[in-house]
Amino acid sequence: MTLTSVKDPAVSEAPVSPPKAAKPPQDRSGYLFILPWFIGMAFTIIPFFASLYLAFTDYNLLNVPNWIGLENFAEMFSDDTWWQSVKVTFIYTFVSVPLSLAAALGVAMLLNRGVRGLPVYRAIFYLPSLLGGSVALVLLWRYIFGLNGIVNAFLGFFGIDKISWTSDPDHALTTLIILHIWTFGSPMVIFLAGLKQIPSMYYEAAAIDGANKWQQFRKITLPLLSPIIFFNLIQSLISSFQTFTQGFIFSGGKGGPANSTMFYNLYLYKQGFEQFHMGYASAMAWMLLIIIAAFTGLNFLLAKRWVHYDN
Amino acid sequence: MTTDESYLERVGNSRRKRFTKHLLLCLVSIVMLYPLLWLVSSSLKPSGIVFKDLSLWPAEWDFSNYTEGWTALQFPFDLYLVNSVVIVVLSIIGNLLSCSLAAYAFARLNFRGRKLFFALTLGTMMLPGHVLLVPQYIVFAKLGWLNTYFPLIVPNFLATSAFYIFLMVQFIRSLPKELDEAARIDGAGTFRIFWSVILPLCKPAFATTAIFTFISTWNEFFSPLLYLTEQELYTVPLAVRQFIDSEGQSQWGQMFAMSFVSLAPVIGFFIAGQKYLVKGIATTGLK
Repeated sequence: MTLTSVKDPAVSEAPVSPPKAAKPPQDRSGYLFILPWFIGMAFTIIPFFASLYLAFTDYNLLNVPNWIGLENFAEMFSDDTWWQSVKVTFIYTFVSVPLSLAAALGVAMLLNRGVRGLPVYRAIFYLPSLLGGSVALVLLWRYIFGLNGIVNAFLGFFGIDKISWTSDPDHALTTLIILHIWTFGSPMVIFLAGLKQIPSMYYEAAAIDGANKWQQFRKITLPLLSPIIFFNLIQSLISSFQTFTQGFIFSGGKGGPANSTMFYNLYLYKQGFEQFHMGYASAMAWMLLIIIAAFTGLNFLLAKRWVHYDN
Repeated sequence: MTTDESYLERVGNSRRKRFTKHLLLCLVSIVMLYPLLWLVSSSLKPSGIVFKDLSLWPAEWDFSNYTEGWTALQFPFDLYLVNSVVIVVLSIIGNLLSCSLAAYAFARLNFRGRKLFFALTLGTMMLPGHVLLVPQYIVFAKLGWLNTYFPLIVPNFLATSAFYIFLMVQFIRSLPKELDEAARIDGAGTFRIFWSVILPLCKPAFATTAIFTFISTWNEFFSPLLYLTEQELYTVPLAVRQFIDSEGQSQWGQMFAMSFVSLAPVIGFFIAGQKYLVKGIATTGLK
């Protein structure tokens, strides 16, 4: 009782006002406001556990699901295409996420501190990140990197022979990694907002003490920006593990050439909705959840070493 | 003298630095824009010369790719555009309504379980969507909703986008509480306060939500692919995708033309709503 009155000086100064105003009343109407949310949440939680159950069955949309224990998971480990999809997704994620975050941070730092024309540059860099996941853009990418596309024409100026980017299993994924890096704009905007919050007096003080640009970056920018770098890293990892459209459109839905663009979720889709191995697809989805949770958890553990929070 | 010289040198240095900076930024800009400019330019060239003529400026402007591409698929392209617009508009309305209701409750109302529910919402942001895929598909199939727009629209009316709820909660929390209290003293009920006091102030958060919903729904490929198998229900991305199968040279130009038609609304909305977009993603990153 005393605590609330201390917290709210208006009440203690004006004892005339009804005591109700001291604390917002328990408002049951809150449940009415979240009624749609409640149904939506039920439609998330129930499928969540249903798919966990299906992961242990041989469900194929036609028959009643039979409990088969860990068989789906055992099958996964002996399924070469599954391993391939893990490999493709891991390479894609662990190459393109760091590179695109580095590009985002680098360009954000170039743009920081009042470059003339900043809104224009920011718009130009941000726009691709809104288009990168669209069907039209992935299609376009196939032709830009086509045998007679502009990339090969450009390389031709330097005397480099034509590379079959789209049909050579060694290069197809590289093309999609470049597409991912091309969309660095959305983490860049977040970095820009974060950089703006670092007081410029820190840099001035460091400069007076004789710190060079690199030292300033290491000792001021990186630590103060680390929570935002961490946020961007987690976000990018989670979404990158779930890449689908890029692989599907690039390979015409086949994951080729030679399964080199067989992303995890593309394989899951093929298993579930082309072969109707719904049990296997559910098991795969849960396996991906475990993988994502493991990497996110690992990042949170490692964060203690490099992420600095103000207080 | 010496101070003058070093001053001049410094000015010269910083000018050179500024120049290199702009040069670098312009180079990056070219790399970022080139693919899009190439798309537009290729869509205006006769198909035969797309890969022979690498210049960005078409020697002659040829709009036949647009007129022919428009009717190249089973249905004229405006059908796909209308389909997409219907889904997008309803999705925006659904998200604005359901997410603002939930966000107001989470930000302002005091009821049991509020914190737990909000934490649950944030938790779903991390959940990979495919975990829910199979059971949701089965439910939609049992409801007879395959080849309808319900699976694409109804979830938006059920506040399933945690991101937008989060955005609005942050926004409502930043509004002064005195507003609610003043309205309550004037005799307004909770719903009245929400509707007449809070909602009108939420316009910026609504704009951000609407633009994000527009772009993500417009580009969405997976759900339409899963739930729509009849041509006449296809959305724009499903329609554009069909140009993959047409590997013949004569159709490249048409493919580029229709690709540009599919991207143009996103580019337009981006230019119109840039302020809200940038603000929106900046706040999610910082808080």
